[in-house]
Order: sequence, then structure tokens, then C-alpha cells
Amino acid sequence: MKKSNIIMLLAAIFPLALFVFPLWNITLEAPQYPIPLGMNIYINDFADANPYDIKNINLMNHYVGMKYIPDAIPEFKIFPIGIIITSIIGLIFAFKGNYKWFLAWFILMMVLSATGLYDFYLWEHDYGHNLDPKAIMKFTNPDGSVMGFQPPLFGTRHILNFTAHSYPRLGAYFLGLGITMALIAYLTGKKTS
Amino acid sequence: MKQILKISTGFLMIALAFTSCNNGESKSNSALSSSAAEKVYVAPGEHDEFYAFISGGFSGQLSVYGLPSGRLFKVIPVFSQDAEKAWGYNEETKPMLNTSHGFIPWDDAHHPDISQTAGEIDGRYVYINANNTPRIAKIDLTTFETTEIIEIPNSAGNHSSSFVTENTEYVVAGTRFSVPIPQRDMSIKDYKGNFKGSLSFLKVNPDNGEMTIKFQLLMPGFNYDLSHPGRGKSHGWFFFTTYNTEEANSLLEVNASQNDKDFIAAINWKKIEEYVNNGGGTKMPTKYAHNIYSDETHTATSTMINEVLTVNPLEVPGAVYLLPTPKSPHGCDVDPSGEYIVGNGKLSANLTVHSFTKMVDAIENKKFDGEAYGIPILKFEDVLAGSVEQPGLGPLHTEFDGKGNAYTTFFISSEVVKWKLGTWEVLDRKPTYYSVGHLMIPGGNSAKPFGKYVVAMNKITKDRYLPTGPEVTQSAQLYDISGDKMELLLDFPTIGEPHYAAGCPASLIEANSKKLYKLEDNKHPYAAKSDADTKVVRKGNEVHVQMTMIRSHFSPDNIEGIKVGDKVYFHITNLEQDYDVPHGVAMIGANTSELLIMPGQTETFVWEPKQVGVWPFYCTDFCSALHQEMQGYVRVSPSASNIELSWSLGEVF
Repeated sequence: MKKSNIIMLLAAIFPLALFVFPLWNITLEAPQYPIPLGMNIYINDFADANPYDIKNINLMNHYVGMKYIPDAIPEFKIFPIGIIITSIIGLIFAFKGNYKWFLAWFILMMVLSATGLYDFYLWEHDYGHNLDPKAIMKFTNPDGSVMGFQPPLFGTRHILNFTAHSYPRLGAYFLGLGITMALIAYLTGKKTS
Repeated sequence: MKQILKISTGFLMIALAFTSCNNGESKSNSALSSSAAEKVYVAPGEHDEFYAFISGGFSGQLSVYGLPSGRLFKVIPVFSQDAEKAWGYNEETKPMLNTSHGFIPWDDAHHPDISQTAGEIDGRYVYINANNTPRIAKIDLTTFETTEIIEIPNSAGNHSSSFVTENTEYVVAGTRFSVPIPQRDMSIKDYKGNFKGSLSFLKVNPDNGEMTIKFQLLMPGFNYDLSHPGRGKSHGWFFFTTYNTEEANSLLEVNASQNDKDFIAAINWKKIEEYVNNGGGTKMPTKYAHNIYSDETHTATSTMINEVLTVNPLEVPGAVYLLPTPKSPHGCDVDPSGEYIVGNGKLSANLTVHSFTKMVDAIENKKFDGEAYGIPILKFEDVLAGSVEQPGLGPLHTEFDGKGNAYTTFFISSEVVKWKLGTWEVLDRKPTYYSVGHLMIPGGNSAKPFGKYVVAMNKITKDRYLPTGPEVTQSAQLYDISGDKMELLLDFPTIGEPHYAAGCPASLIEANSKKLYKLEDNKHPYAAKSDADTKVVRKGNEVHVQMTMIRSHFSPDNIEGIKVGDKVYFHITNLEQDYDVPHGVAMIGANTSELLIMPGQTETFVWEPKQVGVWPFYCTDFCSALHQEMQGYVRVSPSASNIELSWSLGEVF
């Protein structure tokens, strides 16, 4: 097996780590929460960082009219299928294909990941802005518009008494590593050919 | 002029000398006081090094303090009703205070002792005795709640209790008063020779700490004052001090102080256990309550038991001996090695220390000095290890630092005296303010004391704090005993009478402390685990409301169809699953206390409305930004009305 194909093989396998490790994490810090509230986002689940965190995030958020974090979303079905299919495709390329296919897989994964992130952003935006009109507390921005509570897509943001952190977790790093390795496989293959 | 200059220079020098001297003094003073302050200072947000469980004496409760700061964390209700926590008021905990005499809302809690494994404190449970209506309670140190109370039959003034053996095989409870056993109608004057003193051995289930009375040893009619288990080499023995070996039944202060020596009773419980396991002992009809609280149902059950196994000491040869000990000994304390048994003869000039090794030797060589009701008395000189000569007045209790030193309290001379085991020399003494009773070194009743601090628990406070009328605060004092000399660090007020205490490093307990009760584990028969479970059900004139509470509402919060003459049970479940989010509830006109309900818990109060109207209830524990909105109404109609039960939440009419 060629060196580039071996690298491609690893590239196709790495994203499967998403079935074990969380993709993303949102953590909320506040003075009353010496142990912060946190939610780990898996490709098929929202999970408590510590027991009952999601229940308590919901309880906090109901004051400002945010919807409950759902038990399940359609993405939980789509994402695992997407990961399995793209990994299978990657494996087929690794065994049968040449470096040009590796580039194709790289582009495919980039497009899908970007779509996933955009989808995540849309959900977050809806979660943070689509507020119950009968919310207990209503806040406005200095310009008079209704204040949203969207957590950051990536990074840290202050929202009222909370500091919200949103960062990728181990699963996302494996995905990123897989995608990067596909690019390396392409470059290696191109050089040797 | 020169002369004047010289003189004034001289004065100046003297003045300077005095000033500098004064400066030096005030500096050293402030350095001293700041070091004591620093030693007890625990910075905001930081934790104490030790837990101290200080009994409330006649308050009937157990308080939880931090050491060295002396900060109070919790008052655990044990034997007395507590309206703040609904202990003994809500339907779930009322059975905990049930006895063979019916419901008893109070007792006198004296001697907490922490469970042990292999002679060392294990931090699982605290056991504590009720003096007045004899009972032993178990406090679970994961929830800091009383989870068991067992009544002790054939006992009165349950004082030589509740000390645990080195693997918590037994919790031991001895009677203070001797009484007719079984109780019967007889003349008090016939006490002598007819009354008996019972020493009860409560077997502990190693899995859950639960107690059962394994046997009661029926001893001669003395008063059994205090006790401690043997440990190490003396494991398997238990030692009890006695007074009133005169068997007086009146004016004891005189009549029970006549004998030159009373006894320490040495009980070989392993021998008696073997005898009992082989079918020995006599079953006696009696009546006592055994009350158990479940963290799953959040409810207590009370079971009445009708029989107890009694043992006549004469039927187990070699199991019981009497060690003569001067002058009405009070505390009975065993050193960490198990070799020395200190009899704190409260009317004696000297402190008597017996040797376990010598005792065993005297028994083997039958060095007896007569008998009392058939129980062999050992010769005083043959069991004596030594005496601390003239250490103070009125010795009461001794604890040990694990470094070969003992610390004894003296009630009359109001001091703690440090002395050395083996040489019996007095090393140091420090006054207490005032009239100290017990003292406590963390890990005191174990093979491994943590000899850093001693807490002295005083009987009198007088002028030590701001006055509060005739009844002033009760108080304990903390001494640093890490050096050669003791150093008084802190006075701190306590609840009730700080009778005795048990302490241990916080690390043994802290990590096991529960944060909440899991809602999914709640097995209360009337729990409503979600809003969908809420309902109001009528059974004749009994109405059961299954209600939930969560920030910041009750569900339901509007109830109609209640009638005057109904007995309304509010079963309320706290749906929170977050640390430190209890909710309270109180109903206008309810003849009971509030409820204070922890996350995941269900509690019940009863309301019997007597007046027609619309009556509010509300959350009593400031729970959230919308705590003041957490409220509801109940409509009460005349008894003859035919308004159907209805309930709702959030409906806009």
C-alpha cells in the first residue's frame, strides 16, 4: 500500500472517534455556580457535563423565555449517518483511489463540516433569539432591540450574569485531524506521482 | 546651664528607655494575639480542617461545627422537634420520635461517637444517646440526617452511652438509674438488692449501620455513669464507671458518696456474645420502638418490638469483673493503646489509672477481694497502673493526643490538665471559662487521635460574652495542643448545653456529603415526579394533594373544592435537581411547622381548615429571583357545599 493511501486510511478512520468523544462543549459560569453548568454536544446526543446540568440550564433559561434544550434533534440521526457514509467513502478511496480522490474527499468533508457548523449556528441563533413573548424577564440592547442570548459559536461571551464558553472537544479534533490528513495524503500522493 | 542640659539629657534617655520598653511590650502582645487569631482564622470560602459534632445536651440535637474556626454549619435535629426543618412535625418524620410511651417531642442528647473501622474513625455515622427516655440515634454522615432511633427498654437515664467498639461491632448503652426489671409496682424503699442496672449491647449492621439489641446484661443496682470500649489489646472488653454502689434511693448527693471506692465494671462482651450465640440468655417480654428513616421513601417507619434478650452476669463466668476505683468515678476513658483505663473519680483528690495487663493478670491469678452480688471484685492495688497525684479538683473526663499525653478536665477547679501516661506527671494546666465538663480531641475515642486541638465544653459562661438576660449563651473553648504547653485560641458559643462532642478530619466526611436526592430514586408513595403526576384526591373527608415545587411555582397553585372539616394532606415534591436549592412551604392557619424540602425529596404537612375563605400558601425559603411569586391559593367552602375538587396551574381566568 502506498504511503499516501495509508495516510488516507487513517484520515477516513479518525472521524469515527466522534461516536466516542463529544464534538463540542458549552459551559456557563456564574457566581452561584462554583461548579459551572455544562453541556457536551455529541453527534447523537446532548449530555450533561455534570449530573442534571441541562435540566438546570433549562431552568435558568426559562426566566428569559428561551426554549428547553430538546432531548433529540433531527441532526442526531443525520450526523451519524453522514459520518459513517463519508468514512466508508474515505476507506474505499484509501484502498482503491489515487491522490485526486483524496482531494475530493477533503473538499467533501470541508463542505459538510462547514454546513454542520452553519446548522449549529442556526440552531444557536434560534435558541438565543426565538424567545417566549411571555418571558418573565425581558432585556433590551442599548439600541432598544430585544436582547438575544445566543451562546458564541466559538469563543467566550458574557450573557447577563453568565460567562458562556463554546469550544470544540476531542471528537471535533479527531474530525479536524482526519480532514487535514486527507489533504496531506493528497499532497504526498501528488508529490510521489 | 551645662548642668541643666545634662539633667534634661538624662531625663530624655530615661524617657526613651521607657518608651522603647513600652513599645517592645505592646509589640510582643500584638504578636501573641495575632498568632492565636491566625490559628483559628479560616479565610472566606475556605474550609475548616476538622468537623466537630457537638451535642446540644438538653436541646436534644447535634450541631456541626468546623474547627479551628468554631463556625456553626448545621443543627441536626435528633431527639427534639425542630420547626425549622419540620423534624417531628411533618408526617414523614413523626414516627422517628415514637416510643413505647408514645410520641415524645424532646430529649437530652449527650454523647456523640463516630463509627470506626480497625480502631480508627471512618466517618460513616454518628451515634448519640437520649438520656431521658432511653434511646440511641444514628446520624448518616452522607446526608447529615438522623436515620434511625432505637429505644432501650429496661433502662433509665441512658447515660453511659453511646460508644462504639473498634470495628463498630456494637454501640453500647448503659443505664444511669437502676430500676425494677421488668418494671413493676413496688416500694422505692425496697431498691437495695431488687433494682437492676442494664447494660445494652446493640449489634451494628456493617452495611448500613442499623442497630438491633443483641443482649442486655442485668447488673447489680448501681448507677452506671460512663463507659468506653477497650481497643487494641483490650478489644473485646467494655468498661463502665459506677457510682451509688451504696444503692441509695434518696438524697444521693450524700448517701451515694459514702463508699471510699466504687467500681469500674469490666465486661468481656466477646465472651457474652459467644454465650448468646450459643443460645444463652433469657428472653424477656418488653416493649420498645425501633424507628428507621429511609432516604428512598423519605419516610420513617416505627416498629414496636416485644421482646429482649437478657443475660445474668453470673451465668457467664469470667465475663464480668469489678475494679475498685475511688470516689464516684465519672468519666471512664481508655487510652489509644488500650492499656490504660482512667477512672475520673470526681470526688477524689487523685486520678486513678488502671492497667489492662495487670487486670488480666489479676483475673488469671484470681486475686479477688470479695464479690458484689456474685461478681468478683479485683484488688485495687493489683490493677492500679498509677495515680496522677493532686492534679486538680473534680476530675470528670480524659482524652488523649496519641503522643503519650492525656488531658483531663476538672470541673471544680475549672481547668484542663495535661499529664503524661506512664509517669503520671502533670505537664501543664490551663483555666477554662468556666467549669468544664467534657473535652474532645478529634479522634478521641479511637486508636488514632488527631492531637492538634482540644475543645473544652463548659457548663457555665457568665461574663464571657455580651449578656443576654438571665440565660446567657453556652460555650466551648478551643486550645492548641500541638506544642508542649496548651494555648487557648478561641471561645465560641454553642447550641444548648455543649455536652460532649466527636470530631475527625474533614477529609473523612467531606467528599461523601450528598448534594441532592435523585428524583428518579424517590419512592415516596405520594411523590409527584413531574407536573403530570400532580393531583388532588378525596377519600371521605381526607384530601390528598400531590403537589410539585420548582423555581418559582407550585403545581397546582389554585385548588378549589376543599371543605371545612376536611383533613388535607399536602404531599409536596421538590423537583429541583440542583445543589442547594431547597424550597419551603407554609399554609396560613396550619397547626404545624413549615416544610423545608430538599431537591428530589417529598414531604407532607396536614392542614385542617376551620374557616371558610380563600387561603394562601407560599414558599418560605428564598429560592430565586421570583421567590415572592412562588405562592398559591386554596378555596375552602362550607362543609355542606358540593363544589367539586379542581386544581390548576397557570390558567388565565
